[in-house]
Amino acid sequence: MSGFELTEEQREIVAAVRDFVDRDVVPHASDFEHADEFPTQMVETMRDMGLFGTTIPEEYGGLGLGLDTYAMIIMELSRGWVTLSGILNGSFIAAWMIRLHGTDEQRQKFLPQLASCEIRAAFSMTEPHAGSDVQSILMTAERDGDEYVLNGQKMWVTNGWRSGLIMLLAKTDPTTDPPHKGMTGFIVEKEPETNPDGLTIPMPGLKKLGYKGVESTELVFDDFRTPASSILGGEAGIGNGFQYFMSGIEAGRVNVAARGAGLAEAALNDSLQYAQEREAFGKPIGHHQAVQLMLAKMATRAEAARLLTLQAAQKKQAGGRADLEAGMAKYFATEAAQENSTDALRIHGGYGYSLEYRPERYYRDAPLLMIGEGSNEIQQLIIARRLLERHKV
Amino acid sequence: MNQGDTNAIEAALRLKEAAGDCEVVLVSMGPDDAINSLRKGLAMGADRATLVSDTGAAGSDIVGTTNVLAAVLTHETPDLILFGQQSADSDGAVLWAAVADRLRQPVISQATSLDLSEGKATVKRQTEYGYDVIEAPLPCVIAVSDGINEPRYPSLKGIMGAKKKPQAIVTLESLGVGAEQAGTAGSRTEVKSLNDPPARGDSQLIEGDGEAAARVLAFLNEKKLT
Repeated sequence: MSGFELTEEQREIVAAVRDFVDRDVVPHASDFEHADEFPTQMVETMRDMGLFGTTIPEEYGGLGLGLDTYAMIIMELSRGWVTLSGILNGSFIAAWMIRLHGTDEQRQKFLPQLASCEIRAAFSMTEPHAGSDVQSILMTAERDGDEYVLNGQKMWVTNGWRSGLIMLLAKTDPTTDPPHKGMTGFIVEKEPETNPDGLTIPMPGLKKLGYKGVESTELVFDDFRTPASSILGGEAGIGNGFQYFMSGIEAGRVNVAARGAGLAEAALNDSLQYAQEREAFGKPIGHHQAVQLMLAKMATRAEAARLLTLQAAQKKQAGGRADLEAGMAKYFATEAAQENSTDALRIHGGYGYSLEYRPERYYRDAPLLMIGEGSNEIQQLIIARRLLERHKV
Repeated sequence: MNQGDTNAIEAALRLKEAAGDCEVVLVSMGPDDAINSLRKGLAMGADRATLVSDTGAAGSDIVGTTNVLAAVLTHETPDLILFGQQSADSDGAVLWAAVADRLRQPVISQATSLDLSEGKATVKRQTEYGYDVIEAPLPCVIAVSDGINEPRYPSLKGIMGAKKKPQAIVTLESLGVGAEQAGTAGSRTEVKSLNDPPARGDSQLIEGDGEAAARVLAFLNEKKLT
């Protein structure tokens, strides 16, 4: 594992998060998930531990840690419950984008609030008819003096209701060709858990197979007004929104890869334990070759997912283009999560299908990871196109 | 670090947060790498740590360990000494009493709440039937129960800052502890051997096969326990 030896500080950070997950998350996650209940106390502990400020520079009240350390934290949280990493991710991705693309004023204003979790954030790009095909979004932002007037509908916004700011992509010039040149990012402020003038957030949000406990909402903008100063990057950011959001979602893909790696490990850990406790035909089922083959594949997938994720995190952290590495990590780790969840369910047999055991939750949470933050089909296209560019003949 | 120790650290940190002007110091005896365990306490919020690490202390039993810890605590002169409920390895719950005895200080165990005021500690001690409320003048030794609090998790900032906090590794000589007071030389016990407890020859397992209750009742009747 050369290149991925943890520093002493990283080991201690991971150990602290693991302790939290083992003590306060694992025993309760399924109850919260089944009730679709927001884990207020868990989030408060995450806030007190400083997790929301992990990658935010120290000058803005954060810890200034790298994306690899953040990925390790996400793996641990997701080992307990994927939803927790989703709650964290909105703030992470907003801080990432504001740090890289925001104006000094925006950094000074928002980064300390995000680091302390005074406000939480949401990332909003998808629309009812436009997921992976981002360039087909219809949301418009029309200038009116010192304000922009937002109209349109967004979809699948994690933290949409409880967030205090939304990173929003809209078209400030619907006439450009290609369309992305007319797109601009906005930092939309709102009061959490309210429907401000011009913005309706239907609650209790969208019904989902898994990923429960955190709301995934629609945002319906109807002449919602936001100041021109809310343009991500200021006036210079007009027309650069698509680029900024792609950069943000690339970091988000590392996050989703880490979720997959954590979920793959959780499924493995549960299976390793159950395979030694459950007996069939006079011996623990882990002594049967059929189960051993599954355990071997699960462990290999989990480890490979972890390593690909850390590699992508380090590459992205270094500042260069990392779409290939992030795409590989996201694709592999989330498929690993799904495959390990299925194998965990098989190994647990009837109990795997029962709500009393955790594999059913893993089995329902994993598909989101394959779809969200750029579907795995899109990831494969990115990987292939990037490879063809690199190895052009 | 023992889970019980984190309860003691949490109790100390809460007292400090309430009182303000005081210091939480971690004290331990062990090999050099035990400082890594103490660092977790520093990450939780303790101010500094002192570790007695000396080959001469290796093999100390309760008497030797007491001699060493009492020497450190005499040097530190704290107003209050907190221990966890028990050790995690052997589940021993004697050290706090032995140290208090050596320091000639009052000791209260199984503390489920702790208040300091007017130079004394007021403790609720859990008993089989409820609580005893006990007061002791400071300085004193208190062993907290695992129910006294829910220890905080170290924050990431705390972890990153822990390394910069004072961490002293001291020797027996610097504490004035003679070679005959610590290690095997300072111990009064010797472990001859360790064995599993003898098996219970007459034990029987009654499984829930539908007849279990009747068989348990028959067993109790046979033993004249009904």
